[in-house]
Amino acid sequence: MRYHTVIIGAGMSGLAAGIRLAYYEKPVCILERHTTIGGLNSFYRLRGRNYDVGLHAVTNYAEPGTRTGPLAKLLKQLRLRWDDFDLSPQNGSSVVFPGYRIPFANDFAAFVENVCDVFPQQADRFRKLVIHINDYDETSLSNEPASARQVLSEFLSDRTLIDMLFCPLMFYGSATPHDMDFSQFCIMFKSIFEEGFARPFKGVRQILKKLTRHYKELGGELKLRHGVREIMVEDGRTTGVILDDGTEIEAEHVLSSAGHVETLRLVNGEWKMENGAEGVLHAQYSIPPSGEISFNEAIFVLDCQPRELGHDETIVFYNDAQQFHYEPPTEPLDLRSGIICSPNNFRYADGEQLDEGYIRITSLADPDYWMSLPDDEYYPAKEEWGRRMVESAIQHIPDFRDHIIDTDIFTPRTIKKFTGHLKGAVYGAPRKVLDGTTGIDNLFLCGTDQGFLGIIGAMLSGITMANNHLLR
Amino acid sequence: MAPPEIRQVVLDILERIAPDEDLTDLDDSVAFRDQMELDSMDFLDIVMELRKQYRVQIPEDEYENLITMDSTVDYLTPKLADVPAGV
Repeated sequence: MRYHTVIIGAGMSGLAAGIRLAYYEKPVCILERHTTIGGLNSFYRLRGRNYDVGLHAVTNYAEPGTRTGPLAKLLKQLRLRWDDFDLSPQNGSSVVFPGYRIPFANDFAAFVENVCDVFPQQADRFRKLVIHINDYDETSLSNEPASARQVLSEFLSDRTLIDMLFCPLMFYGSATPHDMDFSQFCIMFKSIFEEGFARPFKGVRQILKKLTRHYKELGGELKLRHGVREIMVEDGRTTGVILDDGTEIEAEHVLSSAGHVETLRLVNGEWKMENGAEGVLHAQYSIPPSGEISFNEAIFVLDCQPRELGHDETIVFYNDAQQFHYEPPTEPLDLRSGIICSPNNFRYADGEQLDEGYIRITSLADPDYWMSLPDDEYYPAKEEWGRRMVESAIQHIPDFRDHIIDTDIFTPRTIKKFTGHLKGAVYGAPRKVLDGTTGIDNLFLCGTDQGFLGIIGAMLSGITMANNHLLR
Repeated sequence: MAPPEIRQVVLDILERIAPDEDLTDLDDSVAFRDQMELDSMDFLDIVMELRKQYRVQIPEDEYENLITMDSTVDYLTPKLADVPAGV
């Protein structure tokens, strides 16, 4: 059988692209190396409990019936209804730095007022920045790269405010240390501050299962435990893939969500490392740098609701240092900053509530440290650093340590295992390929390295690449 | 198909693309874009739906015929003349 398109990876972007192709009756097959769907955003059961990985919240929230914006566009393109994702809005979140706290919920006007109250000297400047961001078309595929720090410093003069704006946006989407591309900054700014957070009551499995069912009903094929070992290329054009077990699958097009570098490494042929890595002989394709931003996350199950301990915020982004450092740490984890998320703290319909309490704490991690540990040190190190993450987090939320009944922790090593991203780079490569082309005919990228961010962004990435390259 | 049936075909497609839109008061002489939230992705979808269902090919430089319901039906009438209704 020769497919119209083979898609590598059954994550958000691959499933969304698959739905578009299957809907238009293209023979399409999604190949997923793992035993389950999802990739970076997935779910699992452990010791009788459901866990989510990846998704803290869906960004780009819109009220039911909203007809504009990324969420509405996505639902239309996938022929899904608003109810299919079952999104409930957040209670409210905050960015907390030494001496400053900016709260925000899914109400942009209130957020702007809060910034102006906390930084009155910057109020006019901040309002001008907001106008500039709103006028900017961040989804144009022809935007030139620009430093967001440079743009922000043209508007704002307070370094703390700049860092506080960056903090949640970087934590939730930046593949680059210290700075972001301005388009990416705008995508994240709008998706988090202007639109906001929501979550399905059942977590990420609600979305993934809906996508998968829809895809299969439309006639799409999904093969789990089918890893791709090689992308076949003849005369600069892909002809299909070879699976881990040696089986060849022919396809007219290949759409890969494996990551840019990771995809090129699957191509049979010879390489040149850009920026002149040694041992390069002959160059056919050039390999861009891979990402290095990764995280540890500790998920704590509690014997009570976080609210009962006095914590009802959805997400707290905190930084205790004088400046915010978004970079791979020199220590195994950077405990100066982090994210505290409670999936209980959303406004679920009819006052429904998760049976148990959950607190998730996320910290920047040094991928090299976690990758290189031998197993006998790896597990104790996860526990020990998990304990330190809690000590850091309880500066900002009530001490919940007496209520912990179970814990699970992931590291860059876990992320690499489930996403295939080198170094467990959560947000992929620092340089995005907005048009999704690879230099090889009929081989395209979707997902995090194409460059639309967040859960909704990932799905829009798959849709856009399918529309632009595979359905014309 | 005759114009009234073609109009229904287009309505069905719009309903599928935008299930949350209320199309009962659609004015056939006013641009879709001014009455509904439709972007370029949605117009592409109208074209692709017509291709999927009726094998009608619409070249990119003729998309401008799909501005209003009236212009769309006029444009499609010769193309769908030989297609039986209810397919």
